[in-house]
Amino acid sequence: MIMESILNPWPWYISGPLISMIMFLLIFNGKTFGVSSNLRTICSVCGANKFSKFFDIKVKDHLWNIIFILGASLGGFLGLKYLSKNSYVEISENTKSTLRLYEIDSFDSNYMPLELFAIENLDLNNITMLIAGGLLIGFGTRYAGGCTSGHAITGLSQLQLGSLVSVIGFFVGGLLMIHLIFPILF
Amino acid sequence: MRKLYFFLVGIAFGIIMIKSEAASWFRIFEMFYFQSFHMYGIIGSAIITGVIGNQLIKIFKIKDFNNNSIQYPNKDNTFKRYIIGGSIFGLGWALVGACPGPMFVLFGAGFYSVIIIIISAVLGTFLYGLIQNKLPH
Repeated sequence: MIMESILNPWPWYISGPLISMIMFLLIFNGKTFGVSSNLRTICSVCGANKFSKFFDIKVKDHLWNIIFILGASLGGFLGLKYLSKNSYVEISENTKSTLRLYEIDSFDSNYMPLELFAIENLDLNNITMLIAGGLLIGFGTRYAGGCTSGHAITGLSQLQLGSLVSVIGFFVGGLLMIHLIFPILF
Repeated sequence: MRKLYFFLVGIAFGIIMIKSEAASWFRIFEMFYFQSFHMYGIIGSAIITGVIGNQLIKIFKIKDFNNNSIQYPNKDNTFKRYIIGGSIFGLGWALVGACPGPMFVLFGAGFYSVIIIIISAVLGTFLYGLIQNKLPH
């Protein structure tokens, strides 16, 4: 019975509080929950401090967060491989109809759209999309000083005004992309 | 020992991201179409329980595991960096349907093409570091 519940997708009212639990497990060890900082640390490790003072950070102080995302990668593997009965995502019928307009219909059997992410479908268009998305994410998160974990979860739960403005920005950008740019691109 | 702690918390985070479906491109697409409450429920309930926890910590002056007081640094009181930076991130988030946490989770889960997003995101951060002084904040 319990195993059944674990193997099924977790409802939002379980998942949300668990995410804030992760935040508190970090806070109670003197750290903050913010994943995008790791991108800066990786830059510093690769020698980016030779090009900009922005990357002059003590890598050692940020090592815990790198260890955290290595754990998250392993968690991703365990979660999908051993803790999921089905790998597909139960999105709404409306979303399925919208996706069909974009000729995406791998939602009935997959966690991610194969049309965009499968290695064998990595044509020039898809690679360009992944690169553009990554650049925007890396640039934007550091510009705003945080991503979903740092601003939407950590910042908003501390009632920080800057985080509220950032999250509004996340949605301004996201809605622009999905409703105005997607129809042009695809 | 502390390293193991962060590794274990990371594993838990990765599992939660997969099982909540927050790491799935499909859920992010659906969220920006407002066609399901799922993602809003996740983010909303995380924030509400977070607000309650943070208030309890402040009111009862709860110490952390190492018996230190818990600090809440204020983010700087500017507007431009948050709205411009936030919107740029939002464009990318919607385009590839992954934010920084799920990127690493998805790579571990076997979606290896996501490495292209990760490398580009590192480059994007590098680019920001290069021109940071010329940008309005």
